[in-house]
Amino acid sequence: MEIKIKKGLDINLQGAAPRPAADSGSLLWVRPESVAVCPDDFPGFVPKAAVKEGDAVEAGAPLLFDKNNPEIKLVSPVSGTVRAVVRGERRKLLRVEVVPAESSVPSALKPETASDFRSTLMNSGLWCMMRQRPYDIVPDPKRTPRDIFVTAFDSSPLAPHLEYAVADGMEDLEAAVAALSALTSGKVYICVPEGTPLKPVKGAEWVTVSGPHPSGNVGPQIAAIAPVNKGETVWTLDVVTLRKIGQLARTGSIDAADMITVAGPEVASPAYLLTVAGADVKSLLAGRMKGTPGHRRIISGSVFTGVKVGIDGYLRYPYRQVSVIREGDDADEFMGWANPGASKMSVKRSVLGHFLRGRLFAPDARINGGHRAMILSGEYDKVLPMDIMGEYLIKAIMARDIEQMEQLGIYEVAPEDFALPEYVDTSKHPLQRIVREGLDFMRSEVE
Amino acid sequence: MKGLKKQLERIRPHFQPGGKLSALHSVYDGMETFLFTPNETAAEKGAHIRDANDSKRTMIIVVMALMPCFLFGMYNTAYQHWLAAGASEFPFWTMMLYGFLAVLPRVIVSYLVGLGIEFVVAQWRKEEIQEGFLVTGILIPMICPIETPLWMIAVATAFAVIFVKEVFGGTGYNILNVALVTRAFLFFAYPKQMSGDNVFVATDPVCGIGGAAADGFTGATPLGEIATATSSEQVGRITADWWNAFIGLIPGSFGETSTLCVLIGAAILLFSGMASWKIMLSALIGGLSMGAVAHAFPSATFPASYMSAFDQLIYGGFAFAIVFMATDPVTAARTETGKWIYGFLVGAMAIVIRVYNSGYPEGAMLAVLLMNVFAPLIDYCVVQSNVKRRLNRVKTSARS
Repeated sequence: MEIKIKKGLDINLQGAAPRPAADSGSLLWVRPESVAVCPDDFPGFVPKAAVKEGDAVEAGAPLLFDKNNPEIKLVSPVSGTVRAVVRGERRKLLRVEVVPAESSVPSALKPETASDFRSTLMNSGLWCMMRQRPYDIVPDPKRTPRDIFVTAFDSSPLAPHLEYAVADGMEDLEAAVAALSALTSGKVYICVPEGTPLKPVKGAEWVTVSGPHPSGNVGPQIAAIAPVNKGETVWTLDVVTLRKIGQLARTGSIDAADMITVAGPEVASPAYLLTVAGADVKSLLAGRMKGTPGHRRIISGSVFTGVKVGIDGYLRYPYRQVSVIREGDDADEFMGWANPGASKMSVKRSVLGHFLRGRLFAPDARINGGHRAMILSGEYDKVLPMDIMGEYLIKAIMARDIEQMEQLGIYEVAPEDFALPEYVDTSKHPLQRIVREGLDFMRSEVE
Repeated sequence: MKGLKKQLERIRPHFQPGGKLSALHSVYDGMETFLFTPNETAAEKGAHIRDANDSKRTMIIVVMALMPCFLFGMYNTAYQHWLAAGASEFPFWTMMLYGFLAVLPRVIVSYLVGLGIEFVVAQWRKEEIQEGFLVTGILIPMICPIETPLWMIAVATAFAVIFVKEVFGGTGYNILNVALVTRAFLFFAYPKQMSGDNVFVATDPVCGIGGAAADGFTGATPLGEIATATSSEQVGRITADWWNAFIGLIPGSFGETSTLCVLIGAAILLFSGMASWKIMLSALIGGLSMGAVAHAFPSATFPASYMSAFDQLIYGGFAFAIVFMATDPVTAARTETGKWIYGFLVGAMAIVIRVYNSGYPEGAMLAVLLMNVFAPLIDYCVVQSNVKRRLNRVKTSARS
């Protein structure tokens, strides 16, 4: 099957990591000082600590489990010692930090196995790496998915080419597809970019996707293949997780190493790296930042959807990249609204930067304006390649109008689908946050 | 610029709650964000970079698009005055100065009243002052006849800003176009002063520039003359001068006479993407089709039906209305399909009102206001079609 995504936007940022020559095995391995698992990255997962400070843990041993479904676990990506179980206000569990034991190479994750693969998957932590729509949450084990959608590429700015991480793992992919097919009543779709080096995987529906970002996001892919209707459930995951599921199915252990990029205008030597999930940002960025003065923003994830983490932060899930840009809170730009702006980025022909097609940009984190009511119309729809009336859905969410939200397709969307609309919005609404709150609200009302 | 920033920082405490000037904090905020782009950065989670376009830039581009019409309005005001005074020489710079001085008080009154209300409301709601009135404030003097008394402009602007915009929640929440309501208020509240032959041409000298109009001079607009015409020949004589109407050298409201300048403005709006080409194009199609229908069935009862469809487009405020008024994104239809329907109906209604309603020689203003009211309904229907599509999908997937 082939799908063409027409709406969307590719932006050109400075500091892209050069593509590695060979497969992911030859990449530089960065051993983290510490790793952390943050339950906030797994919506729908209600964390309960399975370990306490000072406990020794093996790679693949559970750190947290879900209060509602104790079988679902988040596991330690390394062998080592639990340094802290960090809690915030009202004892909210923020993260579990683990200091890895001395070792130069990552050890494979060996999760507990169970009689059926479903339970093994939940034990292994890989269950939490998948998402279910509706609600964009960790899959609810009580629901059988209609279909499973796997994206084999990340089209966001500065993102790694995921194919490198799986190109040598055809057997794993086939095993994963076989295992997942048993868990769904429908099909397993794998969406690959045009010109992919990957060969079709037996047992999966092979879908070639072309077009600008967000063509690599599962949202538009599902929308083009078979949209989620009310009452239906689908699972989504990326191809790296798919390979790990295959490893688990074949051998019972999972490769701990993850391929990521460290990139962005403020990174002096952008690169592809190998590390483990939850690695500390300080280790990843050591010696890679630019030395120029000024505030910076370190983002775990892409500039469109990531989390601001700071130098003391950790690589968060589901992101496979660290982006560094200028913060911009010290810019004090004089009469910026009148500046023709060759260095400014816009989808509109209102700044010079729009016309400089080949130029690489170095935007900062300023929202570039004040918060306003929705004034210009049709902005969201130009970068939202789904049959969703973005503006009206957002308004329904803001009004907490359950019926309208349902009618306008809230079950089909995830916050990341509104990342580009948020970027282009002249009125500077926090659309992804609004959608997340809307999904949580719907879940609490409907479920 | 560092020094200016420091000054602003220094006086900021006075404007914060408890400060001496805390009653003026919205003024301070407005000035600060005008001078320096806010340093506010994106939230912890979400999009970390944002498009450079904001609503200030949007509004400024619209004001820029209005400038050709505004400058031409200055010239034409003087030109009509010179004609009325029976002059044979037309000194360009003196005329521009005359036009400038004639319109300046109107611009000042419109901005003073409108921005004053905006500041007070922003202060009261503890919000940042918004830039929506930048465009409205320049539109108001442009769509009013040059001789409109200043106090009327003040009253009408206050009425429109308070009852059409602020009570609905401010910029972005209004249902009707604020500038057009100002004009409509004048039209209906002071019909005697606002219609007829006395307001469209400046008859007195300003600051000693210009002369006095000749005795017995009447400055009717071409549409006004057509409305009282009795035969197709008479209408034909008026519209024979269509080139001057296209250029804009005819009596009319200050900024709306020149179709040429409106086209330049339209080009700026469309190029920068600040207005919908769908609305402009469909309004043009609507106007042309209704104009053609009217012209196909001419009648002495409705003398404007003697005008050709093309003439309908270049006389009066039609062009100005479909480019600058109908495309106001807040009050127009917001769905893409809705924009086609809305635009077409604006164009068609403008001609219907102009031709078939002897009370109003011009219909563009009322057509846009009428369609402003219907825009949410049009959008509702378009949104429902999306909803229906989604429901049908459930039905078909349930069947299969």
